[in-house]
Amino acid sequence: MSYIAPTVARQALRIASRRYPSSTFSRFSSRALAGQAHGRRSYVSETKPSKATVNVDTTIKAERKAFLDQTGESAHNATMPTTGLGADAMMSPTAGILKQASVMDQGSRPIYLDMQATTPMDPRVVDAMMPFMTGLYGNPHSRTHAYGWETDKGVEDAREHIANLIGADPKEIIFTSGATESNNMSIKGAARFFGRGGKKKHLITCQTEHKCVLDSCRHLQDEGFDITYLPVQSNGLVDMAQLEAAMRPDTILVSIMTVNNEIGVVQPVEEIGKLCRSKKIFFHTDAAQAVGKIPVDVNKWNVDLMSISGHKIYGPKGIGACYVRRRPRVRLDPIISGGGQERGLRSGTLAPPLIIGMGEAARICKEEMEYDSKRITALSNRLRDGLLSMEHTSLNGDRERHYPGCVNVSFAYVEGESLLMALKDIALSSGSACTSASLEPSYVLRALGSSDESAHSSIRFGIGRFTTDEEIDYVLKAVQERVSFLRELSPLWELVQEGVDLNTIEWSQH
Amino acid sequence: MSLAQATKGDMPYQVRSLYRSLLRQGGQFAAYNFREYAKRRTRDAFREHKSEPEERRVQELVQKGLKELQILKRQTVISQFYQLDRLVVEGGKQGKQTGDRGDIVRQKDQGWD
Repeated sequence: MSYIAPTVARQALRIASRRYPSSTFSRFSSRALAGQAHGRRSYVSETKPSKATVNVDTTIKAERKAFLDQTGESAHNATMPTTGLGADAMMSPTAGILKQASVMDQGSRPIYLDMQATTPMDPRVVDAMMPFMTGLYGNPHSRTHAYGWETDKGVEDAREHIANLIGADPKEIIFTSGATESNNMSIKGAARFFGRGGKKKHLITCQTEHKCVLDSCRHLQDEGFDITYLPVQSNGLVDMAQLEAAMRPDTILVSIMTVNNEIGVVQPVEEIGKLCRSKKIFFHTDAAQAVGKIPVDVNKWNVDLMSISGHKIYGPKGIGACYVRRRPRVRLDPIISGGGQERGLRSGTLAPPLIIGMGEAARICKEEMEYDSKRITALSNRLRDGLLSMEHTSLNGDRERHYPGCVNVSFAYVEGESLLMALKDIALSSGSACTSASLEPSYVLRALGSSDESAHSSIRFGIGRFTTDEEIDYVLKAVQERVSFLRELSPLWELVQEGVDLNTIEWSQH
Repeated sequence: MSLAQATKGDMPYQVRSLYRSLLRQGGQFAAYNFREYAKRRTRDAFREHKSEPEERRVQELVQKGLKELQILKRQTVISQFYQLDRLVVEGGKQGKQTGDRGDIVRQKDQGWD
């Protein structure tokens, strides 16, 4: 008898495990079988492994079934009146969690397409910085111990990488806190140094320059300098004849940026440099957007002062460099005075981790420039052609003399800020990051002679090293969809579709 | 496996092995853009030097690749520490739930709020 019972029980168990979720049937059958076999009823339920363990899935399913039987509604659709929680979660917390844990296939973080504002740090840059943020913490100016020497070596290597990238000598690189400081240092420094004699007091710059150049110039104006703000042509380029006409015998400095941050046009720097050299005028260029993206050579271009930024070349933020020519020597009045580091032009202890990061970024940029620019050009062409294939869109800036990583497009009859709001899933801006907080139209686009409406409706797309094909496809689809949606809402668009010329309408005054 | 011991015969094997480990390691980046870049750059770099005739040059490139692999190993770990939300382009493009039910379509329509 004792050898029959286990086999029967085992058989019953097998059935029970197959029948699912509730094992009522099999339990009865096993009891019936047992009863038949032994002719005796047992009032003590048998011990089974399935009774000792709780199967969560089975329990939840059983509970759901019971709920459905009771209310006629499936549990995950019902809400409990008191708490507002789903019935699933009320009944069994695990079930609720399981429902919450259902994995969505799509994330919610926007695509980054604002590479003119800043770029992500390259992992290789982070890797180069890491040792100097942990173990190698010496002051690079300490000459008396190994901690100082090793950091100093790292800093000098970085200086060399940056110099190589722009074709300069390592001694001509001065580290600053960023391109803004470099611009300030160059413009104010040169103007103050050469303005001391009282003979020279004229500077030339351009209307589409970055805010920090324009503001430095305005500051100098208060100090008694004369500034000429050159206008630009409708394609964003400086007119060489106008520039030559603006030069005076007492001109100290010409400051024209290499690549514009908003429209991406590349100024004729080489010609400007040659002209300035022939007239013995110093030439400063803000190359924050150009270095590492297009080939830069300070000797070929005859540049005397150049501003470089770390975070535009996939390096860390908070670091920049200024190229200051040594032969012929450019003398500057330092803004920050102190211990005389960096040839006395910018005192203060250097920041080794940031500098080494920037140096590594410069090295990578030089190494990968061909590969990157080929890829960025391909992506940019695809994006530009896709956007311009929509009706009533126009590209801002010159088509030929253009850095491909910056595509600035105007969408007529759509308000730029509302389009930016509609494109929440893409990180974009309508102009430079400094002015994107205000709703004013971009002064760069106004300087090109575009109307207020078109300046308001323009958006800048920045493509970089880490932009993928899928992202461009997504952006094209999203922009097309939403621009047409916003235009459908607009009464102006209706008028345009009817063939009314908006300029002929006389809007009634209220 | 040190390169000094590498004989002429097993160089192609080493190169293939390096290629595979670079791809595998690059796929470990938590950030979508870096992951895709690592994949793309590795592939393009190996294709570029596909028919490199000089043995010495191949060795140099392999050394460079090994260095990159070490960087990848460190940086992927760092990347995984600071995992952010995924990008809108990642994964399936239709925004459907991946679970067994597949009845939840993306609740938050991107970009309209």
